[in-house]
Amino acid sequence: MYRSQQLALKYLTAAVALFGIMTVAGVISAYYYINPDFLFGILHFNIAKILHIDTMIIWLLMGFMGAIYWFLPEEFGRELVGIRLAEILFYVFCAAVAVVAVVFITVQYGNSNEIALWFINQGRKYVEAPRWAAIGVVVVMAVFAYNVLGTAYVTGKVTGITAVLMIDLVPLLVLYLDAFPAISNMSADLFWWWWLVHLWVEATWEVLIGCIMAWTLMQLLGTSRRIVELWLYIEVALVLGTGILGLGHHYFWIGTPNYWLTIGGLFSALEPLPLLGMVIHAVYDAGTHHMKTTNRPAFYWMLAEAFGNFLGGGVWGFMITLPQVNLYAHGTQWTVSHGHFAFWGAYACGVLSVFYLVIQKLRGLAYLEGTLWKWSFAALNLGLVGMVGALLVSGFAQAFVERAIGGSTHEAFMLGQENHWFVEGMITRFIFGLVFAAGYVALVWDLLTIGKRTPVLTAAGVAGAAE
Amino acid sequence: MHLNDPAFWRAGAISTVAIMSVVLIMLTIDSLAAISPGGSNVPLYTVINQHIDYKFDEKRGNDVPVIGGPEPLFGKAVDAAAAEALIDKGKMVIQSRACIDCHTFFGNGAYYAPDLTKAWLDPAWETWQAITGAATREDAMVKFLMNPETNRISTRAMPNLGITQQEAEAVVAYLKWMAAVDTNGFPPNFGHMQSKQ
Repeated sequence: MYRSQQLALKYLTAAVALFGIMTVAGVISAYYYINPDFLFGILHFNIAKILHIDTMIIWLLMGFMGAIYWFLPEEFGRELVGIRLAEILFYVFCAAVAVVAVVFITVQYGNSNEIALWFINQGRKYVEAPRWAAIGVVVVMAVFAYNVLGTAYVTGKVTGITAVLMIDLVPLLVLYLDAFPAISNMSADLFWWWWLVHLWVEATWEVLIGCIMAWTLMQLLGTSRRIVELWLYIEVALVLGTGILGLGHHYFWIGTPNYWLTIGGLFSALEPLPLLGMVIHAVYDAGTHHMKTTNRPAFYWMLAEAFGNFLGGGVWGFMITLPQVNLYAHGTQWTVSHGHFAFWGAYACGVLSVFYLVIQKLRGLAYLEGTLWKWSFAALNLGLVGMVGALLVSGFAQAFVERAIGGSTHEAFMLGQENHWFVEGMITRFIFGLVFAAGYVALVWDLLTIGKRTPVLTAAGVAGAAE
Repeated sequence: MHLNDPAFWRAGAISTVAIMSVVLIMLTIDSLAAISPGGSNVPLYTVINQHIDYKFDEKRGNDVPVIGGPEPLFGKAVDAAAAEALIDKGKMVIQSRACIDCHTFFGNGAYYAPDLTKAWLDPAWETWQAITGAATREDAMVKFLMNPETNRISTRAMPNLGITQQEAEAVVAYLKWMAAVDTNGFPPNFGHMQSKQ
């Protein structure tokens, strides 16, 4: 095994751990809606929420990096350049995440000065991590880019997938620099913030996961490089072709000119197209292989990725993306429903697929199968879809009561929050959050033990796989 | 060159990304001019010296901010430099207390607490004015921000975030300025329900 792949295992392990913290923080955040006085004066909603969304970003990022550190030496046929530096930075990264989390929980707030932004909390959604930690992320990403670009330079070997990856690393690094400013003008602040959130998370990440899924398909189903690269180019063309100006759907109401209503509405309405293409591709691939694979957990998580991305990102996003609907849906639990479904479908399922692919290689198993992964798969997806459905009901109620009828005042907000459909949705969301958490526990246990508990290379399994 | 040739789609991807990026940059240049203070959509910070309202515009078909005559904040008009200092301070308070991780601004944030886009104009301040015994809306806002947990009027209370008098005044200035930003009619119908009662 390459040292890069050993580093990949560390990143993937850290990703699983942070996935757990994200889940716990999410369940706590959900509980505040049922009992607003929970931990009042000790740990408020915003800190739990910060822990929930920031660990989500970090675990997915670590999952991507782990996946790429795993696949890349096989792609290049050699150890990555600068791997020692990357190994050191992994520990620095983990220590920084831990320190930031402790500061969020214990210190929570600073005074209105630069010290607070540098050392406690930057107070911008998704980029709350203090500036010193954000610099750390930039350094980690820069070394990651050096590992990729340096190895490509030394080997002189650039495949279609690595070319896309290398180009994608540029905006990935540059756009993150937007994590530092504190622009007083909220319109300008949010204008650039969306370059970070939409173009980083919803564009460069889509390309990253596209590269990872391309390698996964080649290993999982033996799909030819020509086919996966063809689809990767199509995905890049369509995702960025629609997504770059699709950014405009975040510019409807922040003070920006009203031409964004047309541009953002049009291009974001087209954004589901590449996601639909991925579903067609996944179904086609699954059909040509008659649903046979040597790694069913990875295969099913990959299918969940394709369908989840289309439904969560595409369909749920389309529901609220036209300005005529968004005027009422914006800033409600309807958006939260879309956010949960999209992040899960677009990224989390893909990373989970890689977990199982790596486990199979790590344990040297010809076939990876079992029972527990099915329970985990079912509980995580049922929990997530249940949360999404419940949030949608709450979001509908909020959009009608608070936005459309009430006019978004404080009184209208509270009428919306106390509406019985909203409340029932929140209770249901919490229950399905617990189902999701149970699925996480099953996932961890399965990852630790699959292939160890029971013989997986059974005669029936071999015969079935050979059909 | 055929549709199943990767080179075709590679060229398509490169050209599509290039064209869309150029268009985005051009629109960004135009938008930044519109949203800079004093631009077509965002008022100068000295707007805090004026009366601000939010009315339905028949021609545009949505609610728009209406800037009226003099109405100095805390009864004292400020010059451009002082107004900018207040807005800078207000934003720093908003970031240091992570307000956006409970509230929303222009609908962006965390959805647990009310949207603050037009908070300056919220009829609820009349209730808080009565509770706090404050003479004006802005004084009621300051008193609330400094002691929100003892001035709760709903089941969901805001915690005490250690906001000082000076910080609270800056936040009030910030909210007043933000209410004057043209947000293409978001939020719709703000305050109409109350005005009809």
